[in-house]
Amino acid sequence: MAVPSPKSPEQSERSRKYDRQLRLWGDQGQQDLETAHVCLINATALGTEILKSLVLPGIGAFTIIDNEVITEEDIGSNFFLTADRIGEKRGSIASQLLCELNPDTRGHFIDECLLKLLDLNPGLFNTFNIVVTTSLHEKEIIDLSHKLWTYNIPLLVCQSYGFFGSMRLQLAEHTMIKTHPDNQNPDLRLDCPFQKLKAHFDTYDLEALDLTNHLHVPYLIILYKHLEKWRNDIGDVNVLPETYKQKQVIRENIKNSIRKHENGTLHHEENFEEAIRSVNFAYNRTSLSENIQLILKDEKLMNLTSNSQPFWIMARALKDFVDNEGCGRLPVRGTLPDMTADTFKYISLQQLYHEQAAKDAEAVYNRVQQLLQNVNLPDDTITEQDIKIFCKHASELCVIRGTRIADEYERKGNADNEISQSLEDPDSLIEHYIILRGIERFYSEYYTYPGEIDEQVEPDIPKLKLCISKLLSEWGCMSSTKEDYIHEYCRYGKSELHSVSSFIGGCVSHEIIKIITRQYKPVNNSFVFNAINCSTESFTL
Amino acid sequence: MCDNDHRRWNHLKKILERSSPFCHPDFEPGTGILEFLQNSCKLLVVGAGGLGCELLKDLAMMGFGDVHVIDMDTIDLSNLNRQFLFRRKDVNSSKAEVAAKFINERVPTCRVTPHHCKIQDKSEDFYRNFHFVVCGLDSVVARRWINGMLISLLSYDDNQQLDNSTVIPLIDGGTEGFKGNVRVIIPGITPCIDCTLDLFPPQVTYPLCTIASTPRLPEHCIEYVKLIQWPKENPFDSNIDTDDPVHISWIYEKSLERADEFGINGVNYRLVQGVIKNIIPAVASTNAVIAAACVTEAFKVATSCCPLLNNYAVFNNADGIYTYTYEAERKSDCITCSPRKAKYLDIDDTNMRLEKIIEILCEHQQYQMKNPALTIELDGKRKTLYMPNVPSIELKTRPNLKMTLEQLGIADGCKLLVADITNPRAFEIILKIKNNCVSME
Repeated sequence: MAVPSPKSPEQSERSRKYDRQLRLWGDQGQQDLETAHVCLINATALGTEILKSLVLPGIGAFTIIDNEVITEEDIGSNFFLTADRIGEKRGSIASQLLCELNPDTRGHFIDECLLKLLDLNPGLFNTFNIVVTTSLHEKEIIDLSHKLWTYNIPLLVCQSYGFFGSMRLQLAEHTMIKTHPDNQNPDLRLDCPFQKLKAHFDTYDLEALDLTNHLHVPYLIILYKHLEKWRNDIGDVNVLPETYKQKQVIRENIKNSIRKHENGTLHHEENFEEAIRSVNFAYNRTSLSENIQLILKDEKLMNLTSNSQPFWIMARALKDFVDNEGCGRLPVRGTLPDMTADTFKYISLQQLYHEQAAKDAEAVYNRVQQLLQNVNLPDDTITEQDIKIFCKHASELCVIRGTRIADEYERKGNADNEISQSLEDPDSLIEHYIILRGIERFYSEYYTYPGEIDEQVEPDIPKLKLCISKLLSEWGCMSSTKEDYIHEYCRYGKSELHSVSSFIGGCVSHEIIKIITRQYKPVNNSFVFNAINCSTESFTL
Repeated sequence: MCDNDHRRWNHLKKILERSSPFCHPDFEPGTGILEFLQNSCKLLVVGAGGLGCELLKDLAMMGFGDVHVIDMDTIDLSNLNRQFLFRRKDVNSSKAEVAAKFINERVPTCRVTPHHCKIQDKSEDFYRNFHFVVCGLDSVVARRWINGMLISLLSYDDNQQLDNSTVIPLIDGGTEGFKGNVRVIIPGITPCIDCTLDLFPPQVTYPLCTIASTPRLPEHCIEYVKLIQWPKENPFDSNIDTDDPVHISWIYEKSLERADEFGINGVNYRLVQGVIKNIIPAVASTNAVIAAACVTEAFKVATSCCPLLNNYAVFNNADGIYTYTYEAERKSDCITCSPRKAKYLDIDDTNMRLEKIIEILCEHQQYQMKNPALTIELDGKRKTLYMPNVPSIELKTRPNLKMTLEQLGIADGCKLLVADITNPRAFEIILKIKNNCVSME
């Protein structure tokens, strides 16, 4: 029978240009990126470095809010400003030079003071997908934080200061489906094979197979047969091997079932060796992780309305599936890890998992349809494809609920647990977060930065120290920060080192991409970088 | 320096002209350091790709005035999502030249000199010129070669004491997707690339019998077309050109046919390209992070303004942001950086064929060679055993591959002279043969 020859798809220029990143976040992620609009407040070196790694991968649009003019100092740290434009609008030139990086991105610029904009045109901020700031003062941070919290727009407050830098993310609620976990256990269901899988297992009689077939049995079948045998031996048909000793017994049994040459030496049966190596994880009980249990208990899915997000509607359908057809388990993921086998044995097994996954997704789909009807939403609010993806990734769903940055500034006399706990640890970088906060306070009091001019380095040390102790006592913390570090920060005198900004800029851009694409988990919720020893740390504040 | 330039560097001057509790003991704050960066310090960037573009920008912005860059590649469309010194119109031009021109125009205080050639085209005298080298490569082999070059420049006095003036530090960065690493290598003092070869992930390979008869994955089908079907059908009378879309399309179509035949799902054009070209995913943000960390270390090396990274950092921002720094250790018997230590290779017996020796050298944990040329010294005379890179000599020495060591007159204690792309210098390996006499079986 003549099979029509398959045709190669046309490779668009776009998919060729973005090939290396499409392999990470896929076409959907790219589309999310290309329709997003990010706002940068202050086109400092850090600011333009952040935008650079967003414009290159093809973010839809950015808007820079900045009312500074370019100075000589700016030229020394910011790659997207040039000496011949000194005295011109900083945001305008930065926007122009950033746009040169990618004709697909639209760049805008607003020459206005942030506080004035917040006052006169707050609705503007509602048009962005995310807002990122650098070098803001305390009051600006507080006002912006309040406004964006009410709009439910993510805010990232970033700083680069000498050899240190920080980022604080404010995110009211963030739901993710594809989190791309690094080492996920396969979903094998050896403890609870679905009907067709069990029937398939039962068609095998390992001992009756000839050598060639014996060498090509997928390890999954070997594991299942040995589970049955072990259960028989101990007389309990429901038990799973949990202890090292129990697993060791099964490993020995599998080893003993490897075929032997006539002279008594073992055949090289790779599939049996794979089975022995997989004993440790493959017999895990199929259950819901703590994280998933929490999501399925969330009040957001208990009270669905026509305003509910698709994520929560699907999560509710998932919960109903688990409580009913799923018998307490998630839908079958439908992917099978590679294992030594011949083509037929492997593919028929793979097919079974795939079919069951489709069946489970179908059940979830029907539930979603019902739920949509109940809240008077159109059928096509959520597509079948959306649900397939949701079910496939059900075990890795993630919800982050953040805190408001302004609360951190306005909360008084209330020891922040994370801060006081981390301060106990001498290696923790939280100290630098506190010093950076102290420097913001210093500016609010003196309208200058510690050590900004050479003569002020020494006299500013005790002044900065005082600002920090005041902050700590406001939080009810008893500890203090190291004198050496305070001196070091006064040495910096607000200098911004390009390579430090570029490091933090790269980190922040990727956090923004994670939030826009809803793929991969962002930092929750604060991050400090120490360039002296190239270390970073994250905290939840 | 004019007044404008003075103010331009105010950020750096605060760091370089003020003392601090965290400085390196050698650090003497003052105006001389910036002068040195701008006028005397000379450094080499290896690679003008994803990391290279970032490195050049960061170095220029951190006050370095004399930077050379070497890269043999030309610009491809798929570079533009991260190699930000290049534009659509630059496709097919030299990476080194376009990158240098861009930086020179944007940052007039920095003079970048491009070298559009292979690293192997340059001599020891070229590499000896630099205060230090920063590497942004995607190839382990090229990294090892540069590492070997810098180590070969070291000189030791009669008491085996290292002459510190011959030490050229190497700062090396690498990325893959959302992961990356940075390391600082002081040749002869801290661990070198070859001390820690096990840190590189092994290459994925599929057994030939699986590819040929029991495929299960789409990759197996693609490898089949590449390794078996292409040589057999030779569709375009040439080897596979991975940059020719007509070639890739042919492989895609044949792979899809084979996958259909076996009921395997998942062959698509992107995957075919990935497998055939061995594509490593890459994004702008990770390159920015890793290059920035490299240049911060370069700045510390040049200025002593604060202690160096000791000596290895890994980075991953797939789940949150994660870094880990640790002190990798020197290998006392490193094949490259342990001075004048004899190298050995254990061989079972003289019945072994020469081709097996080559296989052992390629798979050996320490040597991990690619395509070695072998020479032996017999009775004071050099004899070429195998030379893969010169076609006429390859043809002449090919029969030796099938001969046993015994037939070639090689015995225990013989000195094998090995040359390979992983190291700029050929070196001696002494064969230790357990069963040194006879043939059996």
